[in-house]
Amino acid sequence: MSSTMLSCREVTELVTDFVEGRLSWWDRLRFQLHLGMCRHCREYLRQMKTTQRLLGSLPPQPPPPEIEAELLRRFQDWKRT
Amino acid sequence: MAADDITVSRLRAGDEDAFRDLVARYHVHLLRFARTFVANPATAEEVVQETWVAVLKGLDRFEGRSSLKSWIYSILANRARTRAVRDGRMMLFSEMASVSDEDGPAVDPSRFNAAGYWDQPPRPWDDFSPERLAASAQIRARLDAALEELPEAQRAVVVLRDVEACSSEEACNILGISETNQRVLLHRGRSRLRRALEPLMGSGGTER
Repeated sequence: MSSTMLSCREVTELVTDFVEGRLSWWDRLRFQLHLGMCRHCREYLRQMKTTQRLLGSLPPQPPPPEIEAELLRRFQDWKRT
Repeated sequence: MAADDITVSRLRAGDEDAFRDLVARYHVHLLRFARTFVANPATAEEVVQETWVAVLKGLDRFEGRSSLKSWIYSILANRARTRAVRDGRMMLFSEMASVSDEDGPAVDPSRFNAAGYWDQPPRPWDDFSPERLAASAQIRARLDAALEELPEAQRAVVVLRDVEACSSEEACNILGISETNQRVLLHRGRSRLRRALEPLMGSGGTER
């Protein structure tokens, strides 16, 4: 990755370092330059961010009733001690 | 941290609803995380239940120096490791991380031309809000299944970072791995999950 211009393939490998703020200032600049010119990579970045946000918005799933009942029984045991 | 304080004082006061809420919020994700260390689902369930008891017993020692979430996951990670050792199935996390070195590139190389530029670019995804997407049973099911299919170390990192929104520092502490290692696993995991979602998310279907 010594040339100034990043390829799309390189962008897809650097995208997490970019999002995590872990690129050197020079690589960050090259990354942003590429994004400025490449709508496909802008879309790719959006999709990675959407994937991340989607994972964060998975709704809570209560455990099966028998597991919940068992845990509440243990809670009552703990309360008594 | 204020919400944690409220939860902890309600638990200390023996409020069953507070415990039920906490279980509903975390149990399934904890289970998924536990299976990183112990493969057997029944054993994983046992370890998570032991973790809940340990959380209750340790409440008086919880000082709020870490978030409640990160404290619960640390207890689980320790218990799961101990259990894995006892069952003779101890694999160091760093070993698991290196196993997934063979995981390959973020995007199928055949989608790029020889110079590394898109040949088959990603098709735009429909512009749903995350809330709307999460409400879609099909997408949720796909995401759940894809999380299950991730290599163990990647799954552990993705659960902590993206599902539970832990900081990278918290994730590294819980798993005992370096920041760089954590970032590589996160990258591989997220890239795989994006690929898994791709066929469902575009209005025009997938390229391939």
